[in-house]
Amino acid sequence: MGVHTGDSITVAPAMTLTDREYQDMRDAAVAIIREVGVEAGGCNIQFAVNPLDGEMLVIEMNPRVSRSSALASKATGFPIARIGAKLAVGYRLDEIPNDITKTTPASFEPVLDYVVVKIPRFAFEKFPNADPRLTTQMKSVGEAMAIGRTFKEAFQKGLRALENGRSGWTVGSRPLDDRLPDDSVEALRGALRQPTPERIYQVKRALERGLSIAEVHELSAIDPWFLGQMQELVDAERAYATRESTDARALRRMKRMGFSDRQLADLRDETEADVRERRWALDIRPSYKMVDTCAGEFPSETPYLYSSYDEESEGPRSGRRSVVILGSGPNRIGQGVEFDYCCVRAVMALREQGYEAIMVNSNPETVSTDYDTSDKLYFEPLTLEDVLEIVDREKPEGVIVQLGGQTPLKLTRALEAAGVRILGTSPDSIDIAEDRRRFDKIARELGLQQPPNGTATSVAEALEAAERIGYPVLVRPSYVLGGRAMQICYDPESLDGYFATAARVSEEKPVLIDRFLEDAFEVDVDAIADSAGTVVIGGVMQHIEDAGIHSGDSACVLPPYLIGEKDLQAMREQTVALAKALKVVGLINVQYAIKDGVVYVLEVNPRASRTIPFVSKAIGVPLASLAARVMMGETLVDIGFTEEIVPPYVCVKEAVFPFSKFQGTDPVLGPEMRSTGEVMGISDSFGASFAKAQLSASNGLPLEGRILITVNDHDKATVTPIARRFHEMGFEVVATSGTSRFLKARGIPASSVFKVHEGRPNCHDLIVNGDVQLLINTPLGKHAQWDDYVLRQAAIRHHVPYTTTMSAASAASDAILSLRSRRATVKTLQEWQADIVVPA
Amino acid sequence: MTDRELHPGFLLLEDGTLFRGVFRTPPVITVAEVVFTTNMSGYQEVFTDPSYRGQIVVMTAPMIGNYGVNASDPESARPQVAGVIVRELSNSYSNWRAEGDLGSWLSDAQIPILEEVDTRRLTKHLRTIGSMTGVMGLGDEPSAEAIAALEACPSMEGLDLATRVTTGERYTWGNPDAPYHIVAYDYGIKRNILRLFDENGCRITVLPAETSAEDALALAPDGVFLSNGPGDPAAVTYAPATVRAIAAQGVPIFGICLGHQILGLTFGGETIKMSYGHRGGNQPVKEVGSGRVLITSQNHGFAVKGDEDGVPGAPELEVTHVNLNDGTVEGLKHRDLPIFSVQYHPEAAPGPHDARPLFEEFLATVRTRKG
Repeated sequence: MGVHTGDSITVAPAMTLTDREYQDMRDAAVAIIREVGVEAGGCNIQFAVNPLDGEMLVIEMNPRVSRSSALASKATGFPIARIGAKLAVGYRLDEIPNDITKTTPASFEPVLDYVVVKIPRFAFEKFPNADPRLTTQMKSVGEAMAIGRTFKEAFQKGLRALENGRSGWTVGSRPLDDRLPDDSVEALRGALRQPTPERIYQVKRALERGLSIAEVHELSAIDPWFLGQMQELVDAERAYATRESTDARALRRMKRMGFSDRQLADLRDETEADVRERRWALDIRPSYKMVDTCAGEFPSETPYLYSSYDEESEGPRSGRRSVVILGSGPNRIGQGVEFDYCCVRAVMALREQGYEAIMVNSNPETVSTDYDTSDKLYFEPLTLEDVLEIVDREKPEGVIVQLGGQTPLKLTRALEAAGVRILGTSPDSIDIAEDRRRFDKIARELGLQQPPNGTATSVAEALEAAERIGYPVLVRPSYVLGGRAMQICYDPESLDGYFATAARVSEEKPVLIDRFLEDAFEVDVDAIADSAGTVVIGGVMQHIEDAGIHSGDSACVLPPYLIGEKDLQAMREQTVALAKALKVVGLINVQYAIKDGVVYVLEVNPRASRTIPFVSKAIGVPLASLAARVMMGETLVDIGFTEEIVPPYVCVKEAVFPFSKFQGTDPVLGPEMRSTGEVMGISDSFGASFAKAQLSASNGLPLEGRILITVNDHDKATVTPIARRFHEMGFEVVATSGTSRFLKARGIPASSVFKVHEGRPNCHDLIVNGDVQLLINTPLGKHAQWDDYVLRQAAIRHHVPYTTTMSAASAASDAILSLRSRRATVKTLQEWQADIVVPA
Repeated sequence: MTDRELHPGFLLLEDGTLFRGVFRTPPVITVAEVVFTTNMSGYQEVFTDPSYRGQIVVMTAPMIGNYGVNASDPESARPQVAGVIVRELSNSYSNWRAEGDLGSWLSDAQIPILEEVDTRRLTKHLRTIGSMTGVMGLGDEPSAEAIAALEACPSMEGLDLATRVTTGERYTWGNPDAPYHIVAYDYGIKRNILRLFDENGCRITVLPAETSAEDALALAPDGVFLSNGPGDPAAVTYAPATVRAIAAQGVPIFGICLGHQILGLTFGGETIKMSYGHRGGNQPVKEVGSGRVLITSQNHGFAVKGDEDGVPGAPELEVTHVNLNDGTVEGLKHRDLPIFSVQYHPEAAPGPHDARPLFEEFLATVRTRKG
């Protein structure tokens, strides 16, 4: 207790409660529901039980569906929100059929003949200053769920489904990987007292070191039963690693405990392929069991499946033409529901086209893991092993990897090597786009401009490359999503520092180095291509923030508002040329920068990108559905989508950030993505759309009041016209001394306020006292960093709208002008898009 | 636990289907009807419920033994089941009430536990074909001895087990000064029934199943209770006459499970063997009058024949409850006399407490009559 439910590893059903305690809790739950008066619909109640004496406490009650309702629905097959909706319109539970069995009513309580483990996924690497201790404030950004026949099996499956680089419950190679300062027992003991994302791995280190279950329990307060289960895993590993040989019985025993092939390979210094081959030769294969709400008491035809090493398999191959769609795993920063949208759209399209759509995913928060979204659902980790078993069982026409983000993409080459047909764009083309050298060749052939760039496999190489390219440079590891460990370096010292702190570089893990184009416009272009070579632009999005801000964190606008037709045309042509050169069948995303009249190609992704849902909604055409169809051989001409749709209205996407949850984190945007969601505003002008997007992103702009401006020297000239507009709209402009002098000299009355270190009252006090309605602040550089960091923190804490870039400040002034000059009207998306012809 | 300590074992069903698993303690050959229960918690209550007497119980919940065993949860003096089949028996346990581990507790009572079985496959098989007899034993393949034992085993149909599990001697339970006196016929009574009567202000005299109506009435009961129990209700041939004689005196009667079936038989109904019965804690039961649904605890393989409209041959009985999964009779009420019964277990243990108010309902009848 004390760790937010969303941040806890949770297990269903309850493992260590007797029926008496279980029923007492059920009685209390029913009593609360009756007393509060929940007439119909979902409800969530949290209890705590004192493990020493069974004392039961109610923590909270939510008379609505909650985050755990989604989890409970997936864990049991009982769709709480769906049933709740029917109850809300007047049905009774016994009038609603159990959607899984079809033959029994919904007025029952599901029983499980399996164990479900949910494991949160964190993103502290993106918020290095944030406190990693887990508390009552939720800090995880996603979760994986795994189903097995035993706790041990589900626990290990859940951990490998996390996709955090571990193949199950394995310790890191360095103490630091498990958030330990060193390898000492003292460090372990200290760490175990604090819940952190890595504590589960620290527990393994502790048990491996021989700490007793009693001691680990004492330190961590994790129930001894769970520690006992973990001890069994540790013991089994040790026995397996030291055996002379591994016979079928030993291998099967380990598989029944949930060990992945990869884990077993590591234990005996083999390769994953060795283990798989021997396992297949010995016919040790998973069986697939159904989640049926009733523990097998009634027949069920709903193929909601999970793997287990047991005897009998259910949900046999249907014999229909089928397609396997790989989902995107747990949500994380840079890979979230956008890809779930794409997968779900593809599933819907394939089902319409008469294919059996088979979904594989491990994320309980998604629509793709609803048992009725696909024809067949495998709730499984997205590892090579788990996917290969499914593909071998289902023998589909092929596998779609390009809609689920980096998760399935990373499996592409291994799947292909195992003889699996990849639908759509070929693995080789995907590789070209990721491989700097191969891509450079294509870019040269097509006559495309790229920022000067290089690849390095060592620090020395990187420094050399940067010297050649010219600072500032943008560095990042290859094969990452969301700008993980992406950084702008202005000099060799900071580049050196990058390798010391942010990323490692090696032969296997090269880094990419690009010239950073300061003050460039950035543009995303999404397009779709078919096997006949037709390419249609889905949308051109202009980033509102300048180059240097990750595309996922930048607001963007479709259609673009400040780019000339010539440049737009150039980007369209280049996108088409790239799609053709890479023989894309499906989706492609290209990122461009425009500086001094030159269009540069920054990045090509021959797959669904994060922007697909936004573009699809902006233009009214579900691009992911179309992508699935072209992957199955239809042409865009057949489908009737041959022309780019440029909407006669404006759509603005704004990113949503979790900064308020991570105290101590600086909200200044950079090349590493940190947003966890996005919103869209739609209207007939840029200003109005931007205003709506800000409002939706909980950054609602003021119509009047006082605006505080404090910007670095570089931005002073840019901010002047913006300040003037605010002044003309009647805002009182307040600025720190330097900015204030600069503005006054240009005829803008701007009163001066102290910086934080200059005395009081200062600009921080203004924010805290509620005397500022909008903050425009750009980082002032190293010396004053603390000063303006404090300002941004205060703005977040006191819910004062803020912008940290000049372009966003300018957009905000447009938005406020628009808000002041007109009354808001309501128009549905369907009304906006009434004239758009959607392909059938 | 290392491989060495485990002994390969099997379950062979009468239709020839074989299931493999392991034993920790080598068992004697055990033959019995194989049934499954979907209760997720309450294994100790299940194993001590006399209604499971003579049955090998398959737990569909895959992890059993996690919270150990204690002295206060049993529903009778000893484990009653013939054998237990689980997917995984926990090697350790954790609960503040735990006093020991389940594995040892069962082996001390000489009850074999077959572990590592694909219990879902077994459950689906029993659901599809129906409950049947099976034999458990040691080894990878069934021995000739085991097969012979299986062939010699009588079917549950026609088996009077109530007479075997009933108390040898009458005994009393509860506060001797309690205002109401309930006389309970023990066909395999669960302790929680006695606890609930006690909590509701009753003292209880528990009688052996074959006690005559005369002897029972001589105790001047304020109400008579017919308990749950194992086996075929139709085989308890002496019970209906006894119950009829008590009913004739206008004494309020309440029956649960086997007691409910006996009431059905007493007033002219028939009982049938169900394909695989109802065993678990999530059975939806509708009160015919109100339409209200209760989530109930159940454990029965026989049922009173009938439906929402009534029990054929028993015009005096009204059907008060039906099962929403399959429409079977779940509750009966006499149209004129203060007599009612339910097929499910309002005393729960294990299972939900939705139906507990039935005890109060019975006592209201008792109070009214007593004045």
